Amino acid sequence: MSSIFTLSILQSALELGCIYSLVALALFISFSILNIADLSTDGCFTLGCSVGAVVTIAGHPFLAFPAAMAAGVCSGYVTAFLQTKMGVPSILAGIIVNTGLYTVNIAVMGFSSNVNLFGCDTVFSLAKDLSGAAWYTDWYKIGIVALIVIVIGLILTWFLNTRLGLSIRATGDNEHMVRASSINPVFTITVGLCVANSLTALSGAILAQYQKSCDINLGTGMVTIALASLIIGETLIGKGGMFKKITGVILGSCLYRFIVAIALRLSVPAECLKLVSALIVAFAIAFPYMKGKASFYRSRRMAASAVGEDGDDVC
Amino acid sequence: MLTLKKVSKTFNPGTVNEKKALDQVNLELADGDFATIVGSNGAGKSTLFNAITGAFYVDEGQIILAGEDITYKKEHLRSKVIGHLFQDPLKGTAPRMTIEENMALAYLRASTASHAYFSRISGREKQMFREQLSLLDMGLEDRMKQPVGLLSGGQRQALTLLMATMVTPRILLLDEHTAALDPATAAKVLDLTRRIVAERKITCLMVTHNMHQALELGNRTLMMDGGSIVFDVQGKEREKLTIDDLLKQFQDNAGKQLDNDRILLSR
Repeated sequence: MSSIFTLSILQSALELGCIYSLVALALFISFSILNIADLSTDGCFTLGCSVGAVVTIAGHPFLAFPAAMAAGVCSGYVTAFLQTKMGVPSILAGIIVNTGLYTVNIAVMGFSSNVNLFGCDTVFSLAKDLSGAAWYTDWYKIGIVALIVIVIGLILTWFLNTRLGLSIRATGDNEHMVRASSINPVFTITVGLCVANSLTALSGAILAQYQKSCDINLGTGMVTIALASLIIGETLIGKGGMFKKITGVILGSCLYRFIVAIALRLSVPAECLKLVSALIVAFAIAFPYMKGKASFYRSRRMAASAVGEDGDDVC
Repeated sequence: MLTLKKVSKTFNPGTVNEKKALDQVNLELADGDFATIVGSNGAGKSTLFNAITGAFYVDEGQIILAGEDITYKKEHLRSKVIGHLFQDPLKGTAPRMTIEENMALAYLRASTASHAYFSRISGREKQMFREQLSLLDMGLEDRMKQPVGLLSGGQRQALTLLMATMVTPRILLLDEHTAALDPATAAKVLDLTRRIVAERKITCLMVTHNMHQALELGNRTLMMDGGSIVFDVQGKEREKLTIDDLLKQFQDNAGKQLDNDRILLSR
């Protein structure tokens, strides 16, 4: 059992954690900041993955990322359009887009349910050839994904403190204030969802190059996994500024991958992974609540014992 | 400054819940006017404010603010020049954002061009926020990095007032903004209101259920009932008016006994 924490587990947890942390950041924008449950995340992730894969196969590994992000922006725009201009409830808008994206994704992959990138140049394969040093071959993947995530994290921190970013944050925070301020919620929700979905799609594109394949069912359950990372991160970091929160989300994502890696290591069958994810999410969300409840019971018990013998009317 | 011409609004038309909330309201506010509005519940005071801010479009009539017809202008475009405070102190600020960020939002929205989406708050502006907060005398200037959700209702309402007037609005609408506060805090916020409005010569409409305030604050008193303005007094005539006169006016104009405890008790 001493071999649970091997270096390769740490590495793959960090790599996947960084890649999926972009989805967690996307949910941070839509779920935490805008207070909208964007259920198009699953489909949008696959969209990013398939667009990224197809553009990579076409011989443009670098162009794959902005192309995927552009696709994500379109997906986010449709979701936002449905809920702000067409009066579709936000959860339903996400589900509708998610359903529609399934066909779109199949179409992007040339009406096939999967594509693979073997033999194509990817960002990872190009970087691998730069040096042959042992430490480099071990760590270059983490280097690439970490670099992307750090850059995105910094841009997001900057963005959320600009006037537009503050307006987006206020939109999810106090509807009355937004109506009394000169903030146009239609605009801020649209921008917020576009940014969020572009990050989701970017994450998908990076994953496509990372695992050299794309499958139509890749995104299933992504929203749960990202939510788990987000909540682990928020529980981990607690209160703080935007930079601290964003760092927390990224750390939460890595930690989640680490937990999953250990679960796999403890010979949990791969088929049970979704169930394990669901349990982790349920636990992560319930934990702060249970903690509060426990302290309530503790103080009630102490009050009861303080009243002692004559305290018969303590319930 | 503000002109309302025959403004009407009916809610739920054609149903059993049909309610004529505004009925041919005419109002002409001069530049720098500070008018208090009294009236029983359901008289149309808040509806009047919502018509001005654009929470809904009026059925008929015209609303003109500073020479511009804003009848069909979108709410978020109007609010750039309209300050609006609600009775509920929680409505005016974003609780999960810090004091500084709330102020930045209020300042940036009104002071920068509408396309300057990526402008950020500078050190000099932070200094200005600090100075403005210190005027409140509530110690908030040392808590600028704290989320607004940690402040008390009175502190939040004072902050909202500061935010609404940071960039001088064309008109300030105060909807019973001290009614939910304890007496001492209410007096403080009211004093602050008086000071800011006087210093900047802001045109202001204020709803109150306090008859004393209605006569003492500002230069004009309006009374609403059944969706219209039934009594409008200013100048010498207003100076002579006592609270009893106002209550009598209320009965005469409304043509009914006062059924509002808050008005009676707030003498």
